[in-house]
Amino acid sequence: MIAPLLEIKNLHVGFDIYGGHLKVLDGVTFAVGKGAKVGLVGETGCGKTTTMKSVMRILPIPPGRLTEGEIFFKESDLLRVNLKKVRGVKGKGISMIFQDPTAALNPVFTIGRQLMDVVKYSKGAGENQAKDTIKDRAINALKDVSMPDPERIMENYPIQLSGGMRQRVCIAMALVTGSELLIADEPTTSLDVTIQDQVLRLLGNLVEEKRNSTILITHSLGIVREWTDRVYVMYAGSMVEAAPTKGLFSNPLHPYTQGLMKAVPKLTGEGIAEGVPGRIPNYLNPPSGCRFHPRCPHVMRICEQERPPFFNAGSDHQVACFLYKE
Amino acid sequence: MRLGVFLLKRLLHSIFVLLGLSILIFIIARVMPGDPARLALGPRAPEWAVQRVRESMYLDKPLYAQYYYWLKDALHGDFGESLVTRRDVATDIKEFLPATMELVLFSGVIMAVFGILLGAISARYSNTWIDNVVRIGSYAGVVTPSFVFAVLFLLIFGYVLHILPSIGRISSGVARPPVITGLITIDGLFTGHFAAVLDALKHLIMPGVALALGGMSQEARITRSSMSDNLRKDYIAAERAQGIPERVINLKYLLKPSLIPTVSILGLDFAALLANAFLVELIFNWPGMSRYGINGMLRKDLNAIIAVIMVMGLVFIVVNILVDLIVAFLDPRIRLGAERSK
Amino acid sequence: MERSAHATFWSRKLEGFGRGWYKFSRNPLSIIGLIAVLLVSFLATFAPFVAPYPKHAGVFVNFAEASQPPSLRHLFGTDVVGRDILSRIFFGFRFSLMLGVVVLTLVVPPGVILGLTAGYFKGTWIDTVIMRITDIFVAVPPLILALAICSVLSPNIFHAMIAVSLMWWPWYTRLVYGLSSSLRNEFFVQAAEVTGASRLHILFKEILPNCLSPIFTKMSLDMGWVILIGASLSFVGLGVQPPKPGLGTMVADGRIYMPDQWWITVFPAFAIMLVVLGFNLLGDGLRDLFAVEEV
Repeated sequence: MIAPLLEIKNLHVGFDIYGGHLKVLDGVTFAVGKGAKVGLVGETGCGKTTTMKSVMRILPIPPGRLTEGEIFFKESDLLRVNLKKVRGVKGKGISMIFQDPTAALNPVFTIGRQLMDVVKYSKGAGENQAKDTIKDRAINALKDVSMPDPERIMENYPIQLSGGMRQRVCIAMALVTGSELLIADEPTTSLDVTIQDQVLRLLGNLVEEKRNSTILITHSLGIVREWTDRVYVMYAGSMVEAAPTKGLFSNPLHPYTQGLMKAVPKLTGEGIAEGVPGRIPNYLNPPSGCRFHPRCPHVMRICEQERPPFFNAGSDHQVACFLYKE
Repeated sequence: MRLGVFLLKRLLHSIFVLLGLSILIFIIARVMPGDPARLALGPRAPEWAVQRVRESMYLDKPLYAQYYYWLKDALHGDFGESLVTRRDVATDIKEFLPATMELVLFSGVIMAVFGILLGAISARYSNTWIDNVVRIGSYAGVVTPSFVFAVLFLLIFGYVLHILPSIGRISSGVARPPVITGLITIDGLFTGHFAAVLDALKHLIMPGVALALGGMSQEARITRSSMSDNLRKDYIAAERAQGIPERVINLKYLLKPSLIPTVSILGLDFAALLANAFLVELIFNWPGMSRYGINGMLRKDLNAIIAVIMVMGLVFIVVNILVDLIVAFLDPRIRLGAERSK
Repeated sequence: MERSAHATFWSRKLEGFGRGWYKFSRNPLSIIGLIAVLLVSFLATFAPFVAPYPKHAGVFVNFAEASQPPSLRHLFGTDVVGRDILSRIFFGFRFSLMLGVVVLTLVVPPGVILGLTAGYFKGTWIDTVIMRITDIFVAVPPLILALAICSVLSPNIFHAMIAVSLMWWPWYTRLVYGLSSSLRNEFFVQAAEVTGASRLHILFKEILPNCLSPIFTKMSLDMGWVILIGASLSFVGLGVQPPKPGLGTMVADGRIYMPDQWWITVFPAFAIMLVVLGFNLLGDGLRDLFAVEEV
């Protein structure tokens, strides 16, 4: 079997705060194959963004602390090589679209300056490209994201653009790097509902066109279903289920995933969605054993004592729940 | 055009502030108990002389009339006669202001350049020993009054090591360059009197550095904290994520937004320079306006006090306008925000 | 029932305090600041009892022990008329702290009220009048105007307090103005308005409590700055008058005996630095404490 493009093994990350250590990531295991489109779903606060920030090595440390685990990108361990080299690797290989495009653009430089610098240092571009070539590539990148009047946008500062336009600029920046892996961290949550779909569709088409591997982080199952070919479900700092998208939606196994599915309102109008009762646990003193057990409708004695490992449940379908222990 | 409107607004505001300041200081100066004319001339002066001074200062008229006459004269550049030097206050100020400006500008440059530099180094090497040295040093710098620095420098470099001249602007044996701006270093450079420039610089070092250290430490702290705040911003993460080299991020994308708070407080730090110049000039016997002002204050020379404060206010206002312009240049949010609200 | 509600109230307070103390104590510098402030306050309050030579605080002459360098008998040496520098520094702290406390007491309430009012009535003539007046007061560095005020009144510590106070209130007005003009658009304020709460209620019960942490932080930092300005005034001869031991006065007096009798100047100078440093570190600690939690 060929090694995946990105592989996270048993990642533990915590934050030191008043009263102790928040164990936010509790053994995250995750892999993205070449050309794959992977979705990562879970409630707000379950550690999706922390995981990706760890991959990018942009986690604030301290108070953050990486206690255990490995992250491989193209077989080099991102946590062991030094930071400068990581950033080199990442620049050529992984790029990221952030939740909030307003925060992700430098407020005191024009769009053109920022975009042109990204082009200048992007993959495949020699350090000494002609200025005109850089500018052309930057303008083309803006055209790619269907930005009207790219020449004028180049001269604009972020505050002169609307939220949707800013996010398109961010998408343009992430794609123009020619990275093999694109991480999109809830790219539409901070946008108006009316343009969310538009931006998402644009991103989808572009990814299709450029054949990037993609990780889409979201809490919307609808988007995942439409978009991805493999889904990881995350709960309270670890993966609870991993399956091909179709398999997951036709046959959700983990009680948490089942709850999530029920939480989606249906067009058939069968009343209010059910959802998952309870809340995400306190990370200071997380529940013993399976972190989901206090909310689980099928809880068993063993769930309180042991952490469930991944069990194979069908083709390429893993689930971390004792219900599926053969 | 936009700049023109901005400047016009600031100018009108400045005129308003200066007028207000003149009223404020005028009231303060006139509520003084006792008779300023008698105080100035001393108890043995003949009554007719005192009366003449009273009339020249319109002290026999009601307060608003006094102010009206004072303002009328001041607008013609006449601040009355100094009761101590017995010369026109305007003449005195013309003579003493350049020395203060030279000191304060020299100090200001040291403050801004080294403050920003140290802050940037500290942020770049944050949580290493370099950072710790800078941080502890800047704490010490912020809390130490400049007159303490001045006294300590005088002790160490002037009396013990004898490596720097301790009083005045220039040694008595050195020929002064012809006066153009009144700033010896600048005039000397223009006219080729390099010996004078060198000597004046030597004289500037101790008072200049003593004056600068407080503001410099403040600037270093602000720069460090704004840089390390910005270092955690998403846009820096995004720039890193998009593969822009660390060097470019540090020197360009991190530095420019981080300079905004640093430059914004330059105005306040400059105010502190002006204020502390009052003490430092006294210590180094620097023949500047602050020393003139302090002597005027100690001897209740009202015309001199009012004029010195008005000039200080004017200098401070000009500096603040400059600072605002630089900030607007650095920060498009302010520039474009002003345009939008217009 | 009643009792248990009471108990949770206090345990919550305690929990909040514990959380605050944890954050505060994570930074050793804040602790150093707190210790310095407590130490100086203690020495100032009990100066007559803890100073080795309490009589030396005022007019006292003993030429037999004049200009002694630091020794076990006089830890910081003696001045040119034989007074113990250490004792005088303890009494000097009194004047410094008194100045700081009096000035802040005089300055904070009017400054805050004006700021609240101007911020709440932002855009009306009330805002314009108040804020333009502060513009005038901040047009010249506070030290310079304070010097002028002190000089036209007769120079003494009481007038120094008045002078510094006159110059200091606009900074509180400006701080609170910024806070209250943004707070007045918050939902809880608008909700109070809709329910017909009085303006006084809105200003003091809704807006003011949300401005308190920055105000307290500024007060701690300002104790240092006010004391520093007081020392500067004394240094020029416009503050504490001899023979009373102002820290700035002592530095100025010793200046002519440099470099041979350095201790007369250097120790009072260090004392000023200690006070200012203490309040600064404490203020920074408080600021971090009140800062919004990042994680």
